[in-house]
Amino acid sequence: MLVSIYRYNPEKDDAPYMQDFEIELPAGKDLMVLDVLNLLKAQDPSISYRRSCREGVCGSDGMNMSGKNGLACITPVSAAAKNNKLVLRPLPGLPVVRDLVVDMGQFYKQYEKIKPFLINDTPAPAIERLQSPEEREKLDGLYECILCACCSTACPSFWWNPDKFIGPSGLLQAYRFLADSRDTATQDRLSDLDDPFSVFRCHGIMNCVNVCPKGLNPTKAIGNIRTMLIQRAT
Amino acid sequence: MVTQITSFGRSGLYDWMMQRVSALVLAVYSIFIIGYLLLNPDLTYEQWSGLFETTSMRIFSLLALLSVGIHSWIGLWSVSTDYIKATGVRFFFQSLCGLVMFIYVVWGVQVLWGL
Repeated sequence: MLVSIYRYNPEKDDAPYMQDFEIELPAGKDLMVLDVLNLLKAQDPSISYRRSCREGVCGSDGMNMSGKNGLACITPVSAAAKNNKLVLRPLPGLPVVRDLVVDMGQFYKQYEKIKPFLINDTPAPAIERLQSPEEREKLDGLYECILCACCSTACPSFWWNPDKFIGPSGLLQAYRFLADSRDTATQDRLSDLDDPFSVFRCHGIMNCVNVCPKGLNPTKAIGNIRTMLIQRAT
Repeated sequence: MVTQITSFGRSGLYDWMMQRVSALVLAVYSIFIIGYLLLNPDLTYEQWSGLFETTSMRIFSLLALLSVGIHSWIGLWSVSTDYIKATGVRFFFQSLCGLVMFIYVVWGVQVLWGL
C-alpha cells in the first residue's frame, strides 16, 4: 500500500512536503492507521506523531486521514485508505510543530475560556453535591469529549477565527457545564457567550458531528446554548 | 466574550435573531410577489402601480427593503470578518456595504412613495 505522509521539520525544511512510502501490510488483518504509522516509524524514525493510549481514549493521535479528521488508533486502514492509498496530514488549521504534530495552544485557549470546571457559590455539603439520575442523564453525550480537536479543526468557522470562535469542542463543554444541575454560574456563562463570535459563528454545517470519533453531537449542544440564550433574552 | 463594534446589534443573539426574522420577511415577500405575478398573467401597468399605491403594500415593501438591508449587513459583516484579515481593508469593505445598503433604503423609499 502507498502511504503519503505530510512532512515538515522547521529546523531543516523550507516548506512542508508529502513523502510517499510503500508498505507491505500483513494479509488477513485490518490494521489501524496508527499501526501503519508505527511500522513506518520503524523504517524511518524521523516521522513524528503523537500517540499514547492507542485505544481511542486519550485523544492524542487526532489527524487528517485521506481528507477526514479522526483518531489514527481506532480508524481501520480499510476505512481510511482510498484506492489503496492512505494520505496522512496533520489536523487542519493549527500550526504544525513537526510532521503530524500540531500546536494545540489555540484550541486549549478556547477551552479555557468557557471555564471548564464546576462553579458553585453555595456552601459545600458535608459529603458531595447530589444529582438525581434525570439530572445526571443530561450530561450524557457531553462529558465524553476527550479534547482530541478533530471537530474544531474540521470547522471552517474555527479555521477563520480560531481566536474568537470557541469551536465545537469548547461549546460542547460549555453546554456540559450549563446543563449541570450542580453549577450555579449559568447566567455568567451565558453572558460570556453572547457575542457575535463565541457561539454564533457556528453556521450549523455539522462537520464536527461528521468527524467526532466518540460519536458526539456538538451542533446539538450549540443549538441548546442558543435556546438558553433566547429563553433568557426574550 | 469577544467585543465587536461593527456588527449589527453588538449582541450575537440579536444579530442571529434579526438574520432569521429578516429572512422570514423576505421569504414571505418573495412568495407574495411571485404568487401575484403568477395569478395575474395579463398584468397591466395600472394594476401594478395600483398595487404599490396601497398603504399596506408600501408598508410590506418597506419592511422587505429594511429586511434586505439588515439581512445583507449581518451576512456580509460575517463574510468580511471571516475572510478579510487586514483591519483597514475590512473596515473599508464594511463601510462600503453600509453605504450601499443605506442608499438602497433611501432610494427604495423614494421609489415606493413616488417622491
